[in-house]
Amino acid sequence: MQAFEYASPSTLHEALALLGSQWGEADVLAGGTDQISLMKDFIHTPKRVVNIKGVKELGGIHHSAQGLRIGATVTFDELAGNPAVRTEYPALHSAVMGVASPQIRNMGTAGGDLCQRPRCWYYRRGFGLLALQDGKSLVPNGDNRYHAIFGGGPAYFVSPSSLGPALIALGAKVKLVSASGQRVISAEKFFVSPQNESSRETALLPNEILTEIQVPPARGVKNATYEIRQKEALDWPLVTASVALQMQGSTVSKCSIVLGHVAPTPWSAAKASQALDGKALTPETIQQAAEAAGDGATPLSGNEYKVKLARVAVKRALLEASGKG
Amino acid sequence: MPNTPDYHWPPMDKRRVMGKRLDRLDGIAKSTGAAKYNSDLKPEGMLFGALLTSPYAHAKVKSIDTSAAEKLAGVTAVRAIVKAGDELQWAGQEMVFLAATTEEIANDAVRLIKVDYEVMPHLVLEEDLSKVGNRARPSGEQATGDTEKAFQEADATSEGSYGIPVLTHCCLEPHGQTIAIKGDRAEYFPSTQNVYGIASDIGRALNIPIANVHVHMDYMGGGFGSKFPADRWGLESAELSKASGGRPVKLFLDRATELTIAGNRPSVFAKVKTAAKKDGTITAWQSETWSTGGIGGGNLNAALFPYVFTQVPNRRINHTAVSVNAGAARAWRAPSHPQVCFITCSAFEDLAAKINMDPLDMFLKNLNYTSRADLYKFQFAKAAELMEWKKNWHPRGDSGNGPVKRGLGLALGTWGGAGHASTCKTTIHPDASVEVELATQDLGTGTRTMVAMIAAETFGLPISAIKVKLGDNAYPNSGGSGGSTTVGGVTSSTRKASVNALTKLFEVVAKSLNVSADDLEAVDQRISVKGNPDKSMSFAQACQKLGVNSISEMGANEPAKAPQEGLNTGGVGGVQMADVSVDTETGIVKMNRLVAVQDCGLVVNPKTAESQVYGACIMSICGALYEERIMDEQTGRVLNPDMEFYKLAGIGDIGEIIVHMDIREEMDKRGVVGLGEPCAIGGIAAIANAVANAIGVRAPRVPLTPARVLAALERRTA
Repeated sequence: MQAFEYASPSTLHEALALLGSQWGEADVLAGGTDQISLMKDFIHTPKRVVNIKGVKELGGIHHSAQGLRIGATVTFDELAGNPAVRTEYPALHSAVMGVASPQIRNMGTAGGDLCQRPRCWYYRRGFGLLALQDGKSLVPNGDNRYHAIFGGGPAYFVSPSSLGPALIALGAKVKLVSASGQRVISAEKFFVSPQNESSRETALLPNEILTEIQVPPARGVKNATYEIRQKEALDWPLVTASVALQMQGSTVSKCSIVLGHVAPTPWSAAKASQALDGKALTPETIQQAAEAAGDGATPLSGNEYKVKLARVAVKRALLEASGKG
Repeated sequence: MPNTPDYHWPPMDKRRVMGKRLDRLDGIAKSTGAAKYNSDLKPEGMLFGALLTSPYAHAKVKSIDTSAAEKLAGVTAVRAIVKAGDELQWAGQEMVFLAATTEEIANDAVRLIKVDYEVMPHLVLEEDLSKVGNRARPSGEQATGDTEKAFQEADATSEGSYGIPVLTHCCLEPHGQTIAIKGDRAEYFPSTQNVYGIASDIGRALNIPIANVHVHMDYMGGGFGSKFPADRWGLESAELSKASGGRPVKLFLDRATELTIAGNRPSVFAKVKTAAKKDGTITAWQSETWSTGGIGGGNLNAALFPYVFTQVPNRRINHTAVSVNAGAARAWRAPSHPQVCFITCSAFEDLAAKINMDPLDMFLKNLNYTSRADLYKFQFAKAAELMEWKKNWHPRGDSGNGPVKRGLGLALGTWGGAGHASTCKTTIHPDASVEVELATQDLGTGTRTMVAMIAAETFGLPISAIKVKLGDNAYPNSGGSGGSTTVGGVTSSTRKASVNALTKLFEVVAKSLNVSADDLEAVDQRISVKGNPDKSMSFAQACQKLGVNSISEMGANEPAKAPQEGLNTGGVGGVQMADVSVDTETGIVKMNRLVAVQDCGLVVNPKTAESQVYGACIMSICGALYEERIMDEQTGRVLNPDMEFYKLAGIGDIGEIIVHMDIREEMDKRGVVGLGEPCAIGGIAAIANAVANAIGVRAPRVPLTPARVLAALERRTA
């Protein structure tokens, strides 16, 4: 780990003043479940680390008729134990429980989940975010069993976020605050596929802190997450699917299906969603949506199986949302 | 003088301590953290060691400059072990060792070392034999009978390809040590399976008397065969200490280095053809196999094919060792056996499916090709009962509707495990305390508990009265722990030393009771005349008669004499059966149940024995479903030297494990036999066979990941 200056501000105002204008000047520390290992492995070598766990205004879950406000430093464990999350947002609750380690649920934060860096083994072994060697990505000719099947190139890693797909399906927004202002953007827009080695996989700027997540009300919205994970114990999912279905009677009036761990960002399966829009939720329409979830996939040499898993995840998430899971 | 003492184990029905389900002596200390491992130590003035390893799988060092590291404040010594012009043969190969006052400074200093490399071509993947070029070393054909004729005359033949990858030992306590060299003396705290023998590595390398190398190790966190030598990191840490004024240097490998260079198990890939008669009699075995054990090549004993069924009449075996640019293999819990078992039992299960035969019936039918037909027959019957095999087994693929398919599989194993040479010193003190000293090591297997139980049994004392002293090479040599030889060795030497000491005590007591020493026995904390318990005194009273003198006696297990003495022997069998459920939509395999029936001769403590088997079953589940070292041909690096993608089972992944120790009088009569390795053999094969049975097709390559299971299912539909 490279030596760094450590700051532990108690207000957001102070925290923002400690950030830099370029990546590498300051890193934000919350649960530390990813940040510390990034630093130990010299993937991140910040000059300053700003611990935001002591910033009270970044904590807390608030539920109202306007929806759910999740503070950035809310832990997975707090989310898991929140009655509103459990009853109104099962898609979010299962995504949280998919992190199958009590230790990580105790430490990991909602904001950190969205901002964590990819697990791509080339990136983590020091070959850079795009895994370039001599200007060419190592992924297509390498061991890409866990890499992207959608939206690959130049980035082939998969977004590691557990909450991202559920939040996007539920239409959530994130608030990004800097010393000079704040912006609220959709969770979907928060994730980006980097086009060069110096850019990042989220819209967050070096001088910003993700302060909160805003989830619209979901009462009456059928929602679920289905995670395909090889191990019961802590393990990264191979594919996840989060679905949110607004219903008019027995008809789906608006459908959002978002896949996780299949692309450099959470991946909206538009064709799958379209397959259900305006239709009744039946085993047949669910199967059609599931089939469409694989459309447009561009698997690599070692991950075609994930296309099949994407279809299965969508089918099972829809069955669960419809109450037949 | 009495005649040669009777060292024989007491008969089963006369044992007071042996055979009881006792908790391990260090269980509480380990689970509360009171037990200090050598990696926990922080002696006064300790320095931190660190190392630079090669980032390339094959490269020449053009230049190396350690001056900036040497100048960094806090760095006390730097030792480059490669120089300009040297070739590096694998990513992770050690290049420079250094010591510093803090871990951070040590790691910073490593990053200041400047090396220019000339990158050279490498090979790290061996699965595709056609791509390994001149790195293949065929070892020639071994043939018996007429395989061609047997294939022509067979009612059925089966052909298949199978593969099992390189695994790493993944010791939770990584390799390493703390060591201090002061003058010509060494205080050495390694994590080792070889407390006594490892001193000579340090003594020779530093040219100091081996007698001056004092090795200490109370506990260790996993070795599995990989922790015998002092290793380069041990020798260089010693040199760093010497160069730093004798301050202790601590260097335990970090996780990535541990998984990259601290040992691994060879892969095996195979093309197998087998033949059988309609009635299930196996008539031929033909295998072409290849494997890698790293830079040194093969490290696989292909002569074990066809595993256990070694007497199949017509056999043709070809094996090729492949050298790759990766760290070298080391012994891994039952070297060669789990891999050879997996390939053999998979091929025979495929053959059984070919003739629509229950593989249990086929294995039973061919037991005459093994050297333990009766034993396996008994064990298969027991396992089948525990698995409800006949009720739950179904022909391949006949698994009902719904996406989740259930299947059963089986396998068998064998091992030696006779006790190694061991010497032990037992002391009875006048205050009735008893000490047992021997330079062995408790790898977590329960050695400490076994030694105490044997002494307690012999002296007629409770286990709490025995003080066991091990993990220190100042005690009598009791050998390294490899090949499952420890329990036989230490129980035999402890028995003999204890009987010898007790005989001396009897001589003292005999005078007071006015009887012959031969007439005495030690039972229930008393020394009594046999058949006349009224004529007796307490053990404590007896010891008081020693005055100020203790009794110290030696005992030795000598492997050449052991079979006659009957205290320990070798040669065991075990069978495993697996019950799995496979989600055929996701390819995810879940363990329902794993049954292990295992013989290990006289079972000293059924509870710790079962623990050993549980551990082996979990290890097998990891190997069958999760574990593999993943190499990248482009970079020549290990891609998963971590606990994230080097996957191991968690509690939720292991299902129900049923262990049945084969404790019968006829087994017991053979004396103590080692257990650690034989129970770690059959599980992978049993699970792989259960998956084939569930999904109706062979998924040929373990670990059985969703990708591989789904690929197999697609082949079945195609």
